[in-house]
This record gives sequence, structure tokens and C-alpha cells, in this order.
Amino acid sequence: MADLLIELFSEEIPARMQAKAADDLGKLIADGLVEAGLTYASAAAFATPRRLALSVEGLTAESRAVREERKGPAVGAPEAALAGFLRSTGLTREQLVARDDKKGQVWFAVIEKPGRKAEEIVAEVLETTVRSFPWPKSMRWGAGSLRWVRPLHSIICILTTEAGAQVVPVSIDGIVAGNVTRGHRFMSAGDITVTSFEDYEAKLKRAKVFLRAEDRSAAIWHDATTLAFAQGLELVEDKGLLAEVSGLVEWPVVLMGAIGPQFLDLPPEVLQTSMREHQKFFSVRNPRTGRFERFVTVVNIETPDNGATIIAGNGKVLTARLSDAKFFWEKDLRVAKAGMEEWTRGLEAVTFHNKLGSQADRVARIAALAREIAPMVGADPDLAEQAARVAKADLRSAMVGEFPELQGLMGRYYASAAGMPAEVAAACEEHYAPLGPSDEVPSAPVSVAVALADKIDTLTGFWAIDEKPTGSKDPFALRRAALGVIRLVLTNGIRCRLLNIMDCAVRRHPEPEVRGDLGNLMSILPGGDPQWFIARDCLDFFQDRLKVFLKDQGIRHDVIDACLGDNEAGNDDLTLLVKRAEALAAFLKSDDGENLLQGFKRANNILTQAEAKDGVEYSYGADVKFAEYPEEVALFTALDTAEAAIRPAMAAEDFGAAMSAMAGLRAPTDAFFTVAQVNSDKQVIRRNRLNLLSRIRTICLSVADLTKVEG
Amino acid sequence: MQETPRSFQEIILRLQSFWSSKGCAILQPYDMEVGAGTFHPATTLRALGSRAWAAAYVQPSRRPTDGRYGENPNRLQHYYQYQVIIKPSPPDMQDLYLGSLRAIGIDPHVHDLRFVEDDWESPTLGAWGLGWEVWCDGMEVSQFTYFQQVGGHDCRPVSGELTYGLERLAMYVLGVGHVMDMPFNDPQTPIPLTYGDIFRQTEEEYSRHNFDGAETAQLLRHFEDAEAECQRLLAFDEIDPKTGKRIIMVHPAYDQCIKASHLFNLLDARGVISVTERQAYIGRVRALAKLCADAFVRTEAGGFTPAAT
Repeated sequence: MADLLIELFSEEIPARMQAKAADDLGKLIADGLVEAGLTYASAAAFATPRRLALSVEGLTAESRAVREERKGPAVGAPEAALAGFLRSTGLTREQLVARDDKKGQVWFAVIEKPGRKAEEIVAEVLETTVRSFPWPKSMRWGAGSLRWVRPLHSIICILTTEAGAQVVPVSIDGIVAGNVTRGHRFMSAGDITVTSFEDYEAKLKRAKVFLRAEDRSAAIWHDATTLAFAQGLELVEDKGLLAEVSGLVEWPVVLMGAIGPQFLDLPPEVLQTSMREHQKFFSVRNPRTGRFERFVTVVNIETPDNGATIIAGNGKVLTARLSDAKFFWEKDLRVAKAGMEEWTRGLEAVTFHNKLGSQADRVARIAALAREIAPMVGADPDLAEQAARVAKADLRSAMVGEFPELQGLMGRYYASAAGMPAEVAAACEEHYAPLGPSDEVPSAPVSVAVALADKIDTLTGFWAIDEKPTGSKDPFALRRAALGVIRLVLTNGIRCRLLNIMDCAVRRHPEPEVRGDLGNLMSILPGGDPQWFIARDCLDFFQDRLKVFLKDQGIRHDVIDACLGDNEAGNDDLTLLVKRAEALAAFLKSDDGENLLQGFKRANNILTQAEAKDGVEYSYGADVKFAEYPEEVALFTALDTAEAAIRPAMAAEDFGAAMSAMAGLRAPTDAFFTVAQVNSDKQVIRRNRLNLLSRIRTICLSVADLTKVEG
Repeated sequence: MQETPRSFQEIILRLQSFWSSKGCAILQPYDMEVGAGTFHPATTLRALGSRAWAAAYVQPSRRPTDGRYGENPNRLQHYYQYQVIIKPSPPDMQDLYLGSLRAIGIDPHVHDLRFVEDDWESPTLGAWGLGWEVWCDGMEVSQFTYFQQVGGHDCRPVSGELTYGLERLAMYVLGVGHVMDMPFNDPQTPIPLTYGDIFRQTEEEYSRHNFDGAETAQLLRHFEDAEAECQRLLAFDEIDPKTGKRIIMVHPAYDQCIKASHLFNLLDARGVISVTERQAYIGRVRALAKLCADAFVRTEAGGFTPAAT
């Protein structure tokens, strides 16, 4: 048994890549060792800004010997067959053994693979791992050809046993592995020789390097909160920033500085964003005033002046940054209080897309559309239009120019400053949402109207100019926009005919060119103008996205297909569609549902075959007087009952009631098939039964298209 | 540790003597308007091909859109970059760089120096590399890049490139709040001059020129001319009929590429280039840079040997 220590020491590794790199190193080496026939007890990988390290404990000293026998051609087989066998085994004819087999003598190859020493395997696996390491981006340096994330300087590769530590002989592109590393860039000097992982980690700590990222972030969090607490302040939690700064230092030292009083009136989001994005500072809040009054920065060094020079420098940089922010804020407020006209006019100069006009054109379209959508979502049309007209204004503000991630939020501040209604200000911020699949969905009606109008304008616009997403390419984030519409509609339970809305929206865009797919479609399906076909095609896209969305919610795509029906049935009313699909999914999960589905399929198959054979459609005229069995009569009765219940239930959109009425058909249908033969010798009886099956089909189809359901 | 420098020029002189002592050829600025030190042919072209190279120089750089009439404490439309390029990049390039900071009075035991990921890309030069922005006490003081590609060509060997933003770095070292207040020469001399004494007026003049004065129709014409001239110069037969030698006019052609790039920047400052057109202009300059790079690797300085063909 031996313990393995590997360290890859390089120039600074980007913080965001460190954690995955450590995982990859661990996995690639461990898998490689196991594949080569070694076993180990445990492994752990680590990363700092300048090194990746791996400790493997309880590694076997050598791989097991393997004896492999392979059966070859018969003795006396053609020369070519034997030659091929020798090639594939790498043996000579003399090394083969002839043995008796069922059909006579056959050549056998006995290949002995002796066990290999761990150090030989480690060397091989390490070299392969380094040469094929999955960095998101890698580079060459100097005159070499090796690729690594940044220049790789040295490698530790040692196996430690009770007898001591031994360097594994391996050299990669001129870098010879050894047992030596270096400590902190500035707070440690000279080489560090190590004999085991414990020794390595301990010596690194003495040389001012915390090997474990979790130790660094725990130290940062502890020291920073303590520092803030001592002053009666509280640190604002920011996990992403904590992870990032933990990857920027080997020896974290936490320092706190003050934000100049002249900046304390800036919106807290502006302070926080400026400090986080530009300086990687944590914000510190004063619970008594509720304001951010200080910052915490994490540095990589202990200095004789206890960080005084560093904090003074950082403070100076922050003052310059916040002076910019304050200048932007004050300048923006002047424009906002004057009614934002400078910005809304300015949007005329900003191209949204060369075929879809300027941002101002876009705003005009969204405003008109928001007005149309407003009544469907319970919003005041005037407010919805007003909100849409100013929702993009902040894109021209100086603050958003500097911090694009504050778009929307600044719009809210500025709309409030301009004295606009609270609903309008909220819509400025909320109309971008939801951006991601887990992003919160706005519920304020004005926000919802503008959010829908914004996304539908984008989608129909790019559809009209034939810039649809293909494969992995979705440069205008249209899938995200469609998902946004879906979530807005479903979360708020909005009832609307999406197709009509999109038809209106498409008509505000340039007339689509009739060519390619659109041309083909229009030649096959006459009866609509190009805009209608674009809206229709866009709806298909929505339905596809809806399937993906519902699949994540546990509803199968075939269940949705069964509820889509045809156009006229209102399948562009997503809320209704989903309600129906949910009821159907629940129904199919029940015992009755599953059995009825089988009964339906049986009825449908028999019917379809008969219709194909006879060349007629059995759709009408089943008469109970030709019923031969009580079970058959019972089915007639059951169908009458179900029909009477389903029709009003469907009209009332009570899909649960319709499904349970349909479930009532299960027992009678099963009973009917048990006793009755559809293809009876008597033609009258056969016709009557086929017409009866047709009733099952019609009634079931009025609830959902069960032919689409799999299984 | 040397004492802290007292003027802008002392910082430049110390960098010059530091990199001179490390074996770099101390070149002079390129005599054309460029947006950054990288555009100097000593970097762009010399990063190509197999021949070793080590140079350092100051490069006056122009970013017409950054003009603020001399009022902004940090922003200038004309400023200085200090550029170092070494090919192949030496293994101790980071230590060399830290040595240069010590030389200008930045002691790494008192300051917080950090290498923060920053991948460099120049869409106009068709170039990219990996490296860092170097932070000193939270301020970016240099850009450190290992060139991977220039003009669409893989860099073999790889050059290490350092770019110092001289004004910002000097303001920090000298503890100055506004660039125009920075001592340019020694403040103890009989005729002390500040940065503002030298550049305040020109910043005003060029700001007005860049934003309002420059004649756009003419700039557009000159852009087209420079583009055509660059292409024309590279279309000549490699053999000069007069001398019978192989003479490819790469540098004259590259001058036209630089010119086109600066004209584009001016047009941008004048606000006459739309968002969509922008990409097209950048693409046109990149195409010129690529042509020049293609031609340079066919010259002696680009590592070309006739026997290799």
C-alpha cells in the first residue's frame, strides 16, 4: 500500500475554473489508476490560485497479473486466418498452444499480462491526464507545445510508503516531476520539499498557503463577519463572490474600509454592483441606518502596516468608481425628472436589429401590443401602454450604460423619480422577467402585460424575418422568450388566444418574404396570408417549448399532443391546454385510465381495420335493439350516460369531470369485449357493433385524442 | 528598494532602464496614430514567425471616443502605454514583471498584487491570448498576455506581452488624484511641468475635433483609400523587378491597416457608425491585418527561409 501525492504548480488559474479543475484531476487520475488495475482507499483533490493537488490514499503497490486465453482458428485452417490471429494477439506461431475442442484441434493463445508497478501506472496516467486535461480554455507558452490553463511550472508526483517517499519518474514536455513546490508568492521564499500529503499540507500552511478552498472561504467569512460585527455592522451575504475571492488568494486577509459619505445616498444596488463587479468587495450594512456604509476586501498578503497602504489604495479606487456612479446617478435623475424624453427619443438612434428597426420602433410596437393584452390580464390599458413606453428608457441612461446588469432596476428608480404611477415603475423593472427557468414570474397586471408584449414582439419579429433558432444556435434567446411567455401565462392563469395576439404582433413587423419553408407551407395550405402562417408557425414553437417545460413537470409529450387537437379547439389557450393535459395525465395514471386506454385502442384498431377493409366510415346508427348480450346493452347505456356528462363538463372546461365520466366507460367496455365478438357472421350485428365502437371513439376523442397517447 | 519616483517621466525612465537591463531592445514609439501599443509592428508583426524577439517601448495611443476635454481625472483621448514583448515568453516572465513594479516603487510586500483572469482579444487584429489583468490594491495596473494567435496565425513560439497604462500607474505611484495635476518632470526643477501643462490644451482641441470637428465624409473616403492601398501593396509580385530581390511590402501595407483602424475609431467617435455597421468595419480592418500577417510570415523577419519552400 502506498499514498500518492500529485501537485501541478502553475501561474494563476482563473478563479472560476479551479473547483471543476480539482474535480477533473481527481476523477481522471483515479479512473486511470483503476482502469490500469490498481485500487485505492480514498482520494481528494484541491485547488488554489497557483496549484491543483491530489491525494490518493491506500493505493495498491502493483496491478494484478492477468492471464488471458483466446481461442483462434482450427489447426489446419487457411494460412491467412492464422496470420490474422497472430497479428491480433501479438504472438508468434511457436507461442500458440493446440488444444482439443469439440470440432477437433484448435489453436489457443495464452497471454500473460504480468502485474505492473504502481509507479509505472501513475506516471502513465499522470502524463495522459495532463496532456488531455479538459480546461474550458487552454494555452501554449514559450517555445513548448504543451497546453495548460496558464504556464505550468512544476510537478510533484510522489508515492509514500512506510519505507519513505519516492519520486515517480515522469517528465512531461520537459517538466520533470519531483518532490518540491513553492509557497506563497510573496510571503514565502525558496523551495519546499515534501514527503507525503500531510507533510505537504502542513508545510504549505507554514508557507502561507491554505490548500483547501473551503478553508479559505470559511476563514474569509469568519473574519469578515467578525470584523463587521465588532463595529456593530453586518456583512451582506454573497456566495458567488465568496467563491470567487476564495479562488483569488492563497492566504486570505480580510480588510475593511469606509465608503465616502458623499456616496451613501446612491441606491444600494448601485453601490453593491459597483463594488462587487469592479472591485470584488463585499458590502457592509449598518443595521441602524439600513445603508451600505463600508466595504470588505479580501487581499492575499499580510503587510507590516497591517494593510493600511492596501486599504488606502482600494479606498481611492472605490472613490473614483463611485464618483463615476454618482455622476451618472445625478445626471440620470435630471433626465428622469424632466420626463425621460431625452432617453425615449434617444432610443430612435439605437438599432434593435437592422430588419426590425430601432429600439424606439420596438417600444411603439410593444406599447400598442401591451394595450391590447391589458384587458386579458386585468391591467388598465392606459397604464400598460404608458409603462411600455418608458420600460426601455433606462437603456439610454448613463448608469445602465456603465452597469448593464442594472437595466430595469434603474428604470424603476427613474420612473418613480419622474413621478409615474407605482405600477408603471414596477413594470419597468419586472417586464424583463422571467429570464431563467427558476426566475420569479411577475404577477402585477401591468408588469405582466408589458412582459408579455415585450417577449411576443421579439418572437414574432424574428419569426417574421426568418431568424428562428436552429439546433444549439439561439442568438436572440428566443427559446428563453417563449418559456417566459409560457410561465407568465400559466403562473398567472391567463386565458387568452395566443394565436390572435401573435397575429396582431406579426402585422406590426415587416411583411415576411414568401420563400423557403413559408413558401412551401403556403402553397400546400391555402387560406391565410403570410402573417397568419408566421403566427401559426410561431405557435408551433410555443407548443414545442411547452412540451419541454411540462416534461420537466412530469407530463409526457404524448399527453400534451393528445390535448392539442386541432387549431379551432383553442390549443393556443395555454392555460386551458395545460389544465386539460394535467387532468389527462392524472387520469392515465389511474387504474381506470390505463384500462380504458387499452379498451379505446382495441376499439379504435378494430374499427380502423374494418373501415379500411370495407371502405366505409362507421360513424352513426348504432342501435340498442340489435344488442345480443346484456353487457352490450349496458355499454349503450354507459355511453349515453358518459356522453350526457362529458358534453357539459367539456363546455364548462371541467376536465376532471369529463375524465371521470370517461372512466365510467372502462368497466362496460371491458365487459363488452369479454362477451361479444365484433366481427360477427351476421352483417347487421357486425355493422351495429362497429357503429357502437365508433361511439366509444367519438366520445373519448371529444375529451382527448387518445390515439396520440403511447402505451 | 529604490526611493519612490517623483515624476511621470521618471517612471518611464525607470521602466526603460529596467527592461533594458533585462535584455530588451528599447524601441521608440511608432510614428503613426494607433489605439494601443499592440498595434506597433514590433508587437503585431513580430509576434508572428519563429524568430526570437525582445522589445520594450513607450507608445502614444489614441482613443478618440475617450476624449473628455481634459476634465475627467482619468480619461484621455491621447495617453501613453508602456509595452514589453518577449518571444518566446521566458519561464520567469511573471517575476520579471514584478521586478519592474519594484523598480518603480511598488513593493509587493506592502501592496496587494494579484493576477486576475482576463482573456485578451483584439477583433480588429484577429488576435487573442490568455493572461491576466494585474491588480495593485484593487486597481488594474497592467495587462499580461500570452499571445496565442495574431492575424489568424497561431503564434509559435508564444510571445509574452505586457502593457502598462502609464498615466494610471504613475498617478497611483505618485499619489495624484487628477491626471492633469501629475508632475511630468521633477517638481524640484526650475521649470516644473505638470501633465496638464503639456496636455490640457491638446485634450480640449482633440476632443472637439473627435466629436465635432472631423469631417466624416473625408474620413470615410480615407478609410476606403487606406483599405484599397493596403490590398494593392500586397498584390505586387514578391520579386522586385528593379533589384531582382524578393521584397514584400508588408510594413507599408500594415501602415495602411493601422491608418484604417484609426480612421474607424474617429468615425466611431463622430457617432456615424451604427451598431450593425460597426461589426462590418471591424471585419474589414481584421481582413487587412490578416493579409499583412499572411505576408509577414513570408518574409525573413517573419522566419521565412527560401529553402523551406
